[in-house]
Parts: sequence; structure tokens; C-alpha cells
Amino acid sequence: MRSLTKPTTAVLAASAVAIGLLSACSASTDAPDSTPDASTSDETSPDETTPAAPQDVTLRVVSLLPGSDQAAFDAFDERVAQFEELYPNIDVEAEEYEWKATTFAAQLAGGTLPDVYEIPFTDAKTLIENGQLADVDAQFNALPYAGDFNEALLEAGKGPDGHVYAIPAKSIYGVALHYNRALFEAAGLDPDDPPTTWDEVRAAAKAIKDATGVAGYAQMAADNTGGWQLTSATYARGGRTQVVEADGSYTATLTNPATKASLEFLRALRWEDDSLYADATLNWGTINEKFAAGQIGMYTSGSDVYTALAESFGVTPDSSGLKVSDYGLTAIPNEGADSGVLVGGTLAAVNIKADDAVKDAAVKWIDFFYLQPHLDEGPAVENAKIRFDNGQPVGTPVLPIFSREQYETSLGWIEEFINVPLENMTGYTDVMFDQPVVGEPSASTQEIYALLDVPIQAVMTDQNADVDALLEQAQTQAQALLDEG
Amino acid sequence: MTTDQGLAPSRPRRRRRTPVDWVRDGGLSTLVFALPLVVIFGVFSWLPIGRALVMSFQETNLVVTSWVGLENFRAVLADPNLPIALRNTGYFALLALVFGYPLPLVGAVLMSEVRRMKGLYSVLAYLPVVVPPVVAVLLWKFLYDPRPEGVFNEILGWFGIDPLPWLQSATWAMPSLVLEATWAAAGGTVIIYLAALLAVPPELYDAAEVDGASVWRKVWHVTLPQLRGILLITFILQIIGTAQVFLEPYLFTGGGPANATLTILLLIYRYAFGQSLGADYGEATALSLMLAVFLAVMSLVYFRLTRAWSNS
Repeated sequence: MRSLTKPTTAVLAASAVAIGLLSACSASTDAPDSTPDASTSDETSPDETTPAAPQDVTLRVVSLLPGSDQAAFDAFDERVAQFEELYPNIDVEAEEYEWKATTFAAQLAGGTLPDVYEIPFTDAKTLIENGQLADVDAQFNALPYAGDFNEALLEAGKGPDGHVYAIPAKSIYGVALHYNRALFEAAGLDPDDPPTTWDEVRAAAKAIKDATGVAGYAQMAADNTGGWQLTSATYARGGRTQVVEADGSYTATLTNPATKASLEFLRALRWEDDSLYADATLNWGTINEKFAAGQIGMYTSGSDVYTALAESFGVTPDSSGLKVSDYGLTAIPNEGADSGVLVGGTLAAVNIKADDAVKDAAVKWIDFFYLQPHLDEGPAVENAKIRFDNGQPVGTPVLPIFSREQYETSLGWIEEFINVPLENMTGYTDVMFDQPVVGEPSASTQEIYALLDVPIQAVMTDQNADVDALLEQAQTQAQALLDEG
Repeated sequence: MTTDQGLAPSRPRRRRRTPVDWVRDGGLSTLVFALPLVVIFGVFSWLPIGRALVMSFQETNLVVTSWVGLENFRAVLADPNLPIALRNTGYFALLALVFGYPLPLVGAVLMSEVRRMKGLYSVLAYLPVVVPPVVAVLLWKFLYDPRPEGVFNEILGWFGIDPLPWLQSATWAMPSLVLEATWAAAGGTVIIYLAALLAVPPELYDAAEVDGASVWRKVWHVTLPQLRGILLITFILQIIGTAQVFLEPYLFTGGGPANATLTILLLIYRYAFGQSLGADYGEATALSLMLAVFLAVMSLVYFRLTRAWSNS
């Protein structure tokens, strides 16, 4: 026994060592980046070097508005599948998303925003200054078309260091007037001849209310959207809510006659004509809801809102509320010398917490999902086809991210898939490139929008609201914000 | 008894207490049992409170932070919205006190007098508490439809009353919120009062009856004095609760119309989250602290003032 034991131990010990060596060997052969290997291959045949297998990345992106149509999600998922096929190392996880002033701050503070998300033009500068957006300059400049962007739009996403932190994506809108053609007909109005002045808007609203009992006009009033639309209405009447002084400081001009006229317009509709939808809590989402349900004759919002109406608010060819064929889009009435259309849009931003691998993947996604359909016939047609096959809107009028020529060329590629009722949007599309456009106020934008919600709500709920005093108060508060910087 | 037991054995062993004694006396198991609670309470309650205290002296967006001393407190006190929020919160508290506070008591007294199907009434009273608040608010928003065909306005119409604007008017918005809040919260208080009523010795009622007391006199001279302790507690809880009202104005009106329902907590929320750019956590925590201190002081004063009454 004893004689046997010793050799057994020895064998065991030897095999243990051998196994150890084997595993050590395999470990070294498995490692692709081990220095000797890499250097030899570099020296011998640099051309054959395959780049180190790209790192696996999970990329969290935003998808659609919560509660969107299942078919819209199906179309989105198809695009994700294509992307993952193109970049097998990137695993896309999508989550529903609606940008709201109030929830965005909580998500930002809580660190729960995904890797790629959408922000309005108005927020980018401050977010960049606060160090809350990732610097994607390197990744952006690697895009072959980096120099082709509309420079004014690109500027919105650049930091003081000239780096790109957010990329114009999704859509650029001009505020326009949306109307329900069925209600126009019911009121004896010609839906092909929508109002072109504010007096005509008021008359149409009253006609709709008198004939159908449905509110002829509605106004966003809450969550800063009231201020957004009041600013737009001010521009449309030739006013401005903010001016930049020669020394670069900002002056609030909320007591201007155009803003007053906009509020008086609402007051007249609400209290003289009773044609205004009597709800001072409407915001971007809820006003879409009411419009899609056929409870509103007209309202102003971004020209691109049709996409959301169809994707998320149930506007379908045979809806019991607003049918596709009932939708009408026309230009916002512009009156007065300096009048213009408020233009805004969406930027795609990357989470500050993203590392280089995630940033690379994020810009690939922004390129693939948001931008390629504008630039390249193949992806444009593919995207349009997927959306068309899933019954999602294709061809909603937006303002170009690149050039007007590029925009019109890209519409040509997808012509056969365009399914939005373009014939009912000519009031806007005929003039969209001729309208003078005005960007949103650049300083403390959302905060001043919030201040402007108050006078809107006041005139909508109090017949005797003192417009002058309300604007005076908002003016004082706004100037304080601007002076604070 | 207790003092005898505590003193007698301790006298012979005057020697120093060792850790072993501490363990033997159950110190360790006490600690072990208390630890989870202390840790959870510390991490989820005291840590955030401490963090808020620190933040109130900072300007921070949680990425970039700088110390600003008392600047946040100054800014909050100079905010033109603060007097509005104070007034609105006070108004809400007053309405809730006048209408919301006595209602559960009346309900509980009536329910305790009912002889049959007591359980059914308790369930009915408590049901609104079970409904998730957001659902309740959405439901009430629908009921508050300002058009003549809105549910409440339809009902008012049966009695020939003109439609009310409910949430769509600076005058009516706050009473509308109080109405819903009372409906939502009364059930919980009713249950507390019902339990307290069970503890009232029936002999007292019997004696009162023998003395020929009416129902009203029985309530006034027997029920209310017996419930005094509970009433005092629910009163201060109600004050603290209404001073922190947030859910109703947030969900119903967002503080509107034209800030008519902007309450202190909603103002705090707006400081912190009202702006998409993650405005001012410093100002938000500063106002929170001031509110907390105010409520603490008020509770203290209240208990001092009512001590004599509640002990008698």
C-alpha cells in the first residue's frame, strides 16, 4: 500500500501541474490582445489585421410615446432588428418616452434617462453648460455628412467649446394651425379654404361652436406649453417676447402689444363667443387627445404633430373621432410687420454617463434611426416601407434638417409610400418655405414659458382677468430670471 | 413593583458592568432586533433628511455643486409665488378643517348608532381609501367636467342650479380639491373614530340615559370627552397633512388656474422639478426645511397648549 501511495501522489501532483499549465496556455492563446501576438501580426501583414472584435454594448434608446399604437411599436422593432443586424455587437433596449418639462427634470436628476434621448432645442445650451450631456464631437465628426447640416440648427447643440453635444434629429417644426375638416363642413365652412387671419379664425371657431356645439378653438395652457404657444401667437402678430441687447444681455418684452392682443383674442373666444374649449389644463398631449377625439375645431401646434396624432392618439382612416381624411393643416395666420413662424425642434442627446463604447454605439443609432432616412435612398425607402406596411404615417411635412433640396429629394425617394393626407395640408406646405421663421427665445426659455402659462390660464378662467397686470407681473419675474443669467 | 425589582438586585453587584453582562441582559439581542429598523430608517429617512439639510446651503444640479450660504433661503423668501402658495395652503387647510374634519366624526357617531349591517357601512366609508389616489383623481376630473353635460353639473341641473366651472375657475378650484380630498381621506379617520368609540364604556351611556339625556347631550357629554385624546391627535395630523397637500393640486390642476391652487409642496416640487433643466434643488430643500421647522414648532406649541386638556 505504502509503495503505491507515493507514486499516486506524484502522478496526481504532476497532472495537477499539467492541467494548470494547459489552462495557462489556453488562457494566453484565447486573449486576442496579448501584446506579442498583436505586435507580430502588425509587423508582418498590417493589411490583414482584423480590428479587435468590437466590444459588446447594450444601448438604451427612446422609442415612442407611451400608449402608442401597437403597429407603431412593431415598425419601431423592425428598425431595431435591422440595426442590430448591421451592428451585431450592439444590443438595443428601447423604452417609451415623452419629453415633458416636469418629468424630464426628475429623470435627469434620478439618472434614469436612457443612453440616447430626445430634447427640445430650447434646453440644449443649458444642459451643455451644466455638464449634463455627453460630448459626442468625435463621433459626430466621423459621420460622412457632418458638414452638411443646416448650420443654424446644428448650432443649437453645440457647447461654448464648439463641440457637438446634441444632434438635430427627429423633426424640425414650424407652428401651424391644425383643424378638423369635418367640423368645418358641419359649420358650413369650406375646409379647402381655411382661415388666414386671426379674425377669420375667430369667426370659424364661433361658426363651429354655434353649428355643432363643439368648441371651435383650443389653447394649450399648462406645463409650459401655454407659454410656448403664447410666444408663437406673439410672433404671428409681429411681436417678440425677448430681445438681445448690444452687450449680449437679454431683455424680456412680455408686455408688447402682440402678446396682449393674443390674450385678448383668447378672452374674446372664451367669454364673448364661448367658442374656446374651456379647459385651462391642456398641454401638448391632452390637446392632441381632445383634437383626435373630435372635440376641438382648431388649435396651433408644431407642423409635425400629425405623426403623433396617428401613432399615439388614434387618428385612423376609420376612427370614431377624427379620421385621417378629416385632418387639415394650414399656416398660422401671420399679421403685422415683423410677424413670423415660431420654429423649434428636437435634438438627440447622449447620456453624460455613457463611456466611449456607448457613445460610439449611440451616434451609430442616431445616424441609422434619425438621420439616414433623410440622406440615403436605401435606408429612406426601407424606413418608409416598414412604416407604410405597419400603417404608420409617412411624409408628414417637417422643416429640413439638412437643405431644402435634400429634403425634397428624400421625399421623392419615398413618394410611393406617402400616406398622410398631403392634399389637406397644402395650406401649410404651399408656404412653408416662404414663411419668415423665428427661433424660440434663447434665454431661460422654458422658465419664461412657465411664467406665461399664468396669464393664459387667467384669461381662460376669469372673465375679468387684468391682462396688463398679469403681463406686468410675468415681465418682472422674467426679467429677474434673465438678470440672474 | 418595577422600582423594587430594578434596585434590589443591582445593589450587591456594584462592580463594573462587563460586555458579557450586557449580552446576558439581552443587550445584544435588542441590538440585533433593532438593527434592521435602524439601518432602514437611517438610510431611507435620516440620510435624505441630512442630505436635504446640506443641499439647502448649496446650489446644485447634482452634477455641479457650489456652496451659497443662506442664498437659497433668501431667494425663496423673496419669491413672489411664496405668499400665493402660503395663502392657498392656508385656504386649503381651513376648508379641510371646516368641512373635512368634522365629517368623519359625524359619520363615525352615526355609524356606531346603526344596529344592522355595521360592516357594510364601514366598508363603504373605507372604500375610497382603497382606491389608488391617481385613479380617484382621474375619476373626479371626469366628474368635474365644467360643461353643462358634466356629471356634477348635470346633477346640479336637476335642482335648477347653474353649472359650476369646478376646476376651471380660480374661485372654485380649491373647494373642488378639498371636496375630493375629504372624500378620499375621510374613510381612514372614520375607522379610527369607530375603534375609539368602541372603547367608550357603555355604562356611561346607560347612566346618561337614566338621567334622561337626549342623543345630542349623550354625544356632547359622553362621546366627545371620551374621544378627546383621539380628536386632538387627528386634529394635529390633519394640520400637518393639509400643510403638505400636493397630490390633489398636482394631479387636478398643476397649481392652476393662474396659480390659484399652487400650494407650498407644489412650489417645492416646481423648484426642484418644474423646469426641464432640473432647476433648483437648493431652493426646494430650503423651503422644505422651513416648512418642516414650522410644522415641528407648531406641533410642539400645540401639544404644550393642549397638554392640560388631554391629561385631565
